[in-house]
Order: sequence, then structure tokens, then C-alpha cells
Amino acid sequence: MNVPDHLKYSESHEWVDDSSAESAKVGISDHAQAELTDVVYLELPEVGRVVSKGEAIAVIESVKAANDLYSPVSGEIVEVNEALAEAPEPVNEDPYGEGWMIKVKLSDTSEVEGLMNATAYRETLS
Amino acid sequence: MFDSPLHKRHIELGARMAPFAGWQMPIQYEGIVAEHRAVRENAGVFDISHMGEFEVSGPGSGAWLNKLLTNDLGDLNDGEGQYTLMLNQAGGVIDDLIIYRLSEDCHFLVVNAAKLDEDAEWLRRHVTEGIEFVDRSAEFGAIAVQGPSVVEIWNQIEPGHELPARNGILIRADGVVLCRTGYTGEDGFELFAPPEAISKWFDTFLGAGAVPCGLGARDTLRLEKGYPLNGSDLDPIHTPLEAGLGFFVKMGKEDGFMGCDVLKAQAEAGLTQRLVAIALQGKAPPPRHGYEIRNADGSEVIAELTSGSLSPSLGIGIGMAYLPVDQAKIGTEVSVAVRDRLFPAKVVKKPFLK
Repeated sequence: MNVPDHLKYSESHEWVDDSSAESAKVGISDHAQAELTDVVYLELPEVGRVVSKGEAIAVIESVKAANDLYSPVSGEIVEVNEALAEAPEPVNEDPYGEGWMIKVKLSDTSEVEGLMNATAYRETLS
Repeated sequence: MFDSPLHKRHIELGARMAPFAGWQMPIQYEGIVAEHRAVRENAGVFDISHMGEFEVSGPGSGAWLNKLLTNDLGDLNDGEGQYTLMLNQAGGVIDDLIIYRLSEDCHFLVVNAAKLDEDAEWLRRHVTEGIEFVDRSAEFGAIAVQGPSVVEIWNQIEPGHELPARNGILIRADGVVLCRTGYTGEDGFELFAPPEAISKWFDTFLGAGAVPCGLGARDTLRLEKGYPLNGSDLDPIHTPLEAGLGFFVKMGKEDGFMGCDVLKAQAEAGLTQRLVAIALQGKAPPPRHGYEIRNADGSEVIAELTSGSLSPSLGIGIGMAYLPVDQAKIGTEVSVAVRDRLFPAKVVKKPFLK
């Protein structure tokens, strides 16, 4: 499983990229996409919505089941990856790149520190 | 919980397992979409060891079965099979099954795993003098080999050995039973063999290029063809006429059949609801079992989906539901409620996929 070193990870298998000062990018891990299998539909939240850490903010649907996406951080959603609403394939094919889902303006930057680093996340998968 | 004789192979192949009708069964291996495509375009192999096999024999047993089943066994010659339904006294569906005539008074039945016990109990309860009912389910492991390439694959594996004709059955000297049927709408056959022999067959088909397929793809494949799933689209309160299966109901049979009077009365009075095919229009979440069907403007709940999925072949949401007849006409606009949002849908002609 691909677990890039520069990202942070939640227990519910979301990744967070906080390298930008403006907003943190969020998606699901390679492990999560493999577990979900073919993602065929994505219901993304509205831009402007204020979300809390752990809140269900999107629905990821495979042929077999609908699964919630939980926000790994708190803040305001400033952008969503609209392209995925039309064609969700990148969620499976490029989960850390074109498959990103939302950008959140963090209300509490310390939350990111509470997430797992790549090494710790890899351990949960082994 | 039962394990299939192929359980070890499923684990080795990386299948996701889940309980189904009291069995641990593979839901998918590579993925439902890939498996679905393999069956539509080439060939796939499904473990169907969970299904039940009955043998009914004894003098008069053919006539006896014909009174418990809706289709007409009189239409079959030795070695031929037919899709049929077993109904309760109220005309509701106990099970849908395939019955094969081995001889006038010996038949082989393949029934749904989820209804096996109920079917067996129902048949035993009605058994009369001289009828021998045997549940042979434990004697067989089974696989379904499905797809446009299956004949080619078969000829490669077993050159010189024929497959039975469409809907036919062939019992071989080595105990292997071949039935030219399936649940995918593609050409194919089901192979029944002693549990200890089924892995060899499974592997042989995989080696010849067939793809292992799970119950997930089995469900999307059958739904695209509009085939009902008992327990979802068929149930004890709906009759086969309401389910659109009138073709398999022979009300003119001389001795009638269990539930026939109810069906005749229903046909005479006119149906009030019908199981119809519903297609989502445009981009929408996959419809799923239990989702509400509303009228076009969403003001009134008219039914709920008995089956639903994204159609991997068509790329649209498809499902089935019992709709009131005045809203069941082809072309009727309805809507499907998904998490408080409504998505436009239409009643369409079955099958979804020609």
C-alpha cells in the first residue's frame, strides 16, 4: 500500500496535506480506496460549510455500498474537487493526487498534529 | 455458518468474504465492475455451492410436482429443464427454481440457498405415498461458468465432451452434473460435482481464462437482465403475475397447481401492482434496495426499491419495484429518494440490457 511520507493520516483512513498555509487538502488513503473498491459516485459537501473533526461530510459510493467520509480536521470547506462528481475514477486511480476531495481552512491547526504520520499509519495497516 | 468447498481457494484468491444465506461466500475478488465486464465480454466462474439440489422420484412424482409448481412439466422431455415457481396457498412466492426432467418420474431441482430449508419442508409436508424426496445439497459443490466464451473454454478443457442444450441437463458417468443455465443473461452452464472434486473444476476454468466472480457481480449481472432475486424482488406476499413472471405460470394446466385459484382470480380482477424496471435519468447515486420511489414531483411515496444498483454495463442506476399499475406503465416518470434528495427516474422496459 502506498503511504506517502509527507501526509498525515486519520484512523478512518483519510489523509491530510497541510503544506499549504491557506488550507489543508483532504482525501482518502490508498488502503481506503482499495477497501472501497470501484468508486462510482461521490457526494461532496457545499463550499462554505463549517465542519468539525469526525463529522460525516461526504458520501463515497461503490457498486456495493455507500460509505461516509469523515472530516479528519475542523474548519471551513473552501473548495471541493468538483471533477470527481462527474468522474470519480481518480479516487481509485490516484488517491493522493487527482483524487483529493476537499480543502479545509483549519480552525484549529493543532488538530493536524494529533493525526498519525506515515510511519504510524503504516503500522495500523500491517 | 457453512464454508463452501471452495472456501480455501477464495481466501487464496484474495476474495472479500461475507455471510450470505448462512454461508461464507465471496462477494468480490478484483472488483465487481471488472468481474461484471469479464462475464459480459469473456467468461467468469461463480461459486454457487450454497445453492440447493433436490431429487424427487417415485411413481406419480412428476404429476405430484406439477401440482406444486407453476410452469408445466408436461412441456419437458428427458434431459430438459425449465424455470418455475413454488407458491404458497395465497399465490405468493416461496421460491423460484430450475427443474430438470431426468425421466417422467425423476426430477432434479436447483433451489435458492436462502430458501432451501423452507422449500424442503414445504415439499416434505406435501409428500404423498410413493413420492421420494431427497435433499442432495450436501453431495454437491457447484460453480456457474458464464459468458460468451464458455463454449470455447469448455471445448478446450473437455474436447469431445458436449455441453447440454440450452436449459438442458447432462449427468455424466463421473458424477458431474452439467446444466446449461445461469443467472447472468449470458450463455453458460452450472457444474455440480462432489465437494472434493469442485476445486479441480474451479481451477481448471480459471486456468482456461475464466475470471473468478463473486456474488456482487452476480447481482449486477442478473439485475441488468431484469431477473428477480427471491427474498428481494420475490416474496410470499406478491404473486408471480405481479412480479411479471406470467410466462412461467401455466394456469391452464389440467390439474392446476398450488395457488392457481388465487392467481386466476387476480388475473380476472386485474392486477393492482406490478414489478417494474426503473432507470435513473442522468448522474445519480446508485439506487439501492429499500430506497423510496416517489411520484415525479416527489410529493407522494409510491413504493420502495426491491433491488437496485449501478449498472456496470450501462453506467446508470437501475432497480426494480412494485408500482401501482397506473404508475407502472413504460415511460412513467418517478423519482428515487436518496438521502433526502430526489433523482428523476423512469419506468422502462425489461431487460435493462438487451
